[in-house]
Amino acid sequence: MNPIIKHSIRFVFFILLQVFVLNTISPLHQFIVPYIYFLYILWLPIGIPRIWLLLLAFIFGLTLDYFTGTPGLHAAPCVAIAFLRPFLLKLLLAQETAEAGYMEPGHKSMGWAPYITYAVVLILLHHSYLVLIEWLQFGNFLYFMGKVAGTSAVSLLLILIAELLIPRREKQRAVK
Amino acid sequence: MRNILLFIQRYFTFICFLILQILCIVLLSRSSKSHETFFSTAANEVTGKVNQQYSGVRQYFSLRETNRMLTEENVRLRNELTNNYIDTASTQLVTTDSTLRDSVGRMRKYTFLPAHVIGNTITLQNNFLTIERGSAQGVKKGMAVTSPQGIVGVVVEVGPNISRVMSLLHRNSRVSAMLKKDTVTGSLEWDGADPTYLTLRNIPKSSVIKKGDTVLTSNYSANFPSRLMVGTVADIRSESESNFFSLTIKTAVNFFNIQYVYLIENVRYKEQLSLEQTTPTRQ
Repeated sequence: MNPIIKHSIRFVFFILLQVFVLNTISPLHQFIVPYIYFLYILWLPIGIPRIWLLLLAFIFGLTLDYFTGTPGLHAAPCVAIAFLRPFLLKLLLAQETAEAGYMEPGHKSMGWAPYITYAVVLILLHHSYLVLIEWLQFGNFLYFMGKVAGTSAVSLLLILIAELLIPRREKQRAVK
Repeated sequence: MRNILLFIQRYFTFICFLILQILCIVLLSRSSKSHETFFSTAANEVTGKVNQQYSGVRQYFSLRETNRMLTEENVRLRNELTNNYIDTASTQLVTTDSTLRDSVGRMRKYTFLPAHVIGNTITLQNNFLTIERGSAQGVKKGMAVTSPQGIVGVVVEVGPNISRVMSLLHRNSRVSAMLKKDTVTGSLEWDGADPTYLTLRNIPKSSVIKKGDTVLTSNYSANFPSRLMVGTVADIRSESESNFFSLTIKTAVNFFNIQYVYLIENVRYKEQLSLEQTTPTRQ
């Protein structure tokens, strides 16, 4: 499939999933909000130009924000993880994999351990930032820590489930 | 000059990152400062359309519950019809009047408008409802919103056909509410934790409160008519450092399944608000 079409479908899918399914789940606990929408940014191709990555993340976050009525709230963490993503990938990937720019980060292209590290770092960053700006005016530190931990755990679980459920066909690069 | 250009070229992505971040924070601060959603009309209409499609599907799953609630309300209203009451002096005839001015010269203060809820969140810190009514149908900013069971929120953003309602489950929501028993008035807020409980602050310790007491909207609110159902007292906390109780209120309305709401317009809303906002001048 054409990658542009593929990522556009993903864009719409993740927004709808977050707005109409995950955001309507009745809260189990005040710490736990299931967030998975930013997996879209995690799954963008490795070699995407950094400026496009930033812009896409911004538009993506803002789209979600217009559904929840809080412009900027989700866009800011999205842009933050999009900015840090290339550095993290450079650290985690072996040289020759990093050059295979059209590939997407995933357990097949990276291996389980680096992929989970990659996901955990970005999840923690995203949630810390999100909860921080959400709670800046109320300032209860215990709540902040609890919410970051709870939300991150649920997100990691969702991302692992998604990774196992959704088969993403990775073209294996033929040796030239 | 050349060095500046080189600098920009070198840190181009970082500068873009900073610009986008600042943009986000500006958008966010603008939206929360004014207690309203910063919402361009175009985006509002687009998300509203999507919400509308989705709610059209979802609606079928809650038809039974909606019907039950409407029937309950009909029964309650029917019981209040004037012709159900017989006056002790049978020579007098009592009638209700729905015109702008009734025969005793009383002016109409509130008008009601039904609306269909097409979007609703409960899991966030700042929750909104989207309703399928707009300025074309006579919706104005600041109109009160109630459901058959109890009050829901206040209209904050009006598009041509779709409006946004700041739910009671919003960090900035403040509604004046009172205890039915002794009409002591406090401020109704939400602490962001549980969507079935609200907090009523500033109830003086002199008032005697029991769990299960009814809480109604107060007489002081500009947008809500007085004595609308809010909820019941679920827990009483006495703040040791102040002279006030802080009450946990179980909401009468179930925010999980709101389908239809009423918009209430206070005809004198603007007049009351502008008068209350002027600083009193010394004579």
